Amino acid sequence: MCAARLAVAESPALVAERVTRKYGGRVAVKDVSLTLSAGDCLALFGPNGAGKTTLLRMLGGLLKPNAGTVRLHGNELPGEAETRRLLGVISHRSMLYDALTVRENVMFAAECQGLRDAASATTRALDMLLVLDRADTPVRALSRGLQQRVSIARALVHGPRLVLLDEPYTGLDETGARALTDALRALKASGATVVLITHNLSEGLALATHATIMRAGTFAHEMPRPEASYDVGEYAALYREIVAGGE
Amino acid sequence: MRAHGRCGVSASFREPSFVADAVRIARKDLLIEFRTRSGFLSATVFAMLSIAIFRFSWDPTAVTSIDLAPGIVWVIFTFAGLLGLNRSFGVEQADRALDALLASPVSREAVFAGKALGNLCFVLAVQVIALPTLALFFGLPVAPEWWGVGAIALLAAVGFAAVGTLFAAIASNTRLAEMLLPMLALPFFVPVLIPAAQATSKLLAGLPLTEVIAELKILAAFDIVFVAACTLAFPFTLEE
Repeated sequence: MCAARLAVAESPALVAERVTRKYGGRVAVKDVSLTLSAGDCLALFGPNGAGKTTLLRMLGGLLKPNAGTVRLHGNELPGEAETRRLLGVISHRSMLYDALTVRENVMFAAECQGLRDAASATTRALDMLLVLDRADTPVRALSRGLQQRVSIARALVHGPRLVLLDEPYTGLDETGARALTDALRALKASGATVVLITHNLSEGLALATHATIMRAGTFAHEMPRPEASYDVGEYAALYREIVAGGE
Repeated sequence: MRAHGRCGVSASFREPSFVADAVRIARKDLLIEFRTRSGFLSATVFAMLSIAIFRFSWDPTAVTSIDLAPGIVWVIFTFAGLLGLNRSFGVEQADRALDALLASPVSREAVFAGKALGNLCFVLAVQVIALPTLALFFGLPVAPEWWGVGAIALLAAVGFAAVGTLFAAIASNTRLAEMLLPMLALPFFVPVLIPAAQATSKLLAGLPLTEVIAELKILAAFDIVFVAACTLAFPFTLEE
């Protein structure tokens, strides 16, 4: 079977070469390759269990592939501290400490990233995600949506060059979703590479420069320029067709 | 060092520092423990209850307090410490905060050192409360030998925290973490607990500190081996 490959970059920022990951005997991601350059945003769509989160964790160096390699700006992940500093990871899990305040959480992340002026960076990140007024509130006292905004501030506080997002819109209200979209647009404009998993096709396609539908651990459909080729309705029909074809 | 930052803003970064990273992680863990007090309260209550139970089931005509106390001390420290160790990776797993830590420039070894340092402070805090309580309940003499007992407790706590942190990390990836941790860790505590109990026994019997130099050396040697081995092994426990 031919390897799944998405290659669109001229000067690659993120390169995954034939990555495969198995859990026991089950293959979660099979022989997937992709190449993205600075400013690219890849939207990963697919049904539950398609292998999206596993692929994203491998792209972030959080999970070691059984085969293949992932390189960020030429360095293999998880790699050295300098390489990991380029990363920002956002998941549907908040990755926060609920006994700490909003500021303490983001400040801890900023200090772990080695930011010299962690306090100012924390304030800027909280302001960008519209949670500065909750800075001294313990995370456990926040709603799910506000926690998600804090989680996004935590991930973006150091200005990462590769942002990996796993269903970041989960739990966000309209204001939070808009703040996230604005932050991601600004990141793209500044040359960051974004990989986004979402079940919301319109949100994904609005941001993406490239889109792919995953099914059974591989890319079932790839599209380099979604905004030029499809509207959301057409893409949704295609998505349903591809997903139904795998069942 | 400067790098391109958020929204075009330049950000300035420090070189990674093993010690600074470890201290930051330990400080964060202790702050969480201070706010929640969940682990410390349960460990302290366990220690107090155990001391009280041992005290009221003790027959002073059959065995002297000086013979009985060293064993009780180390049984209590071991099991009270396990309560804290279970919690140390629980806070990282609850909302997968560990993933954010691992995706950061902080080295795996610094994560281990930070968690172990936090656990060491936890164990020492329990000891600071439990030792005087035990002395009070069992009418142990207040003597200069207690400084020696303190030194033994400190050395034993280092090895305990290193081994316990490693196995807490392994157990935290399973659904039966609380049950698995004692099963994994207890056999590895034995090399620390035996010399610690022997040295405590000698000191409480009134022997001078020079009589327990051998046990202190053994404890120091195990500390060095355990800290080094656990630091090297820790990164492998994080791989899924």
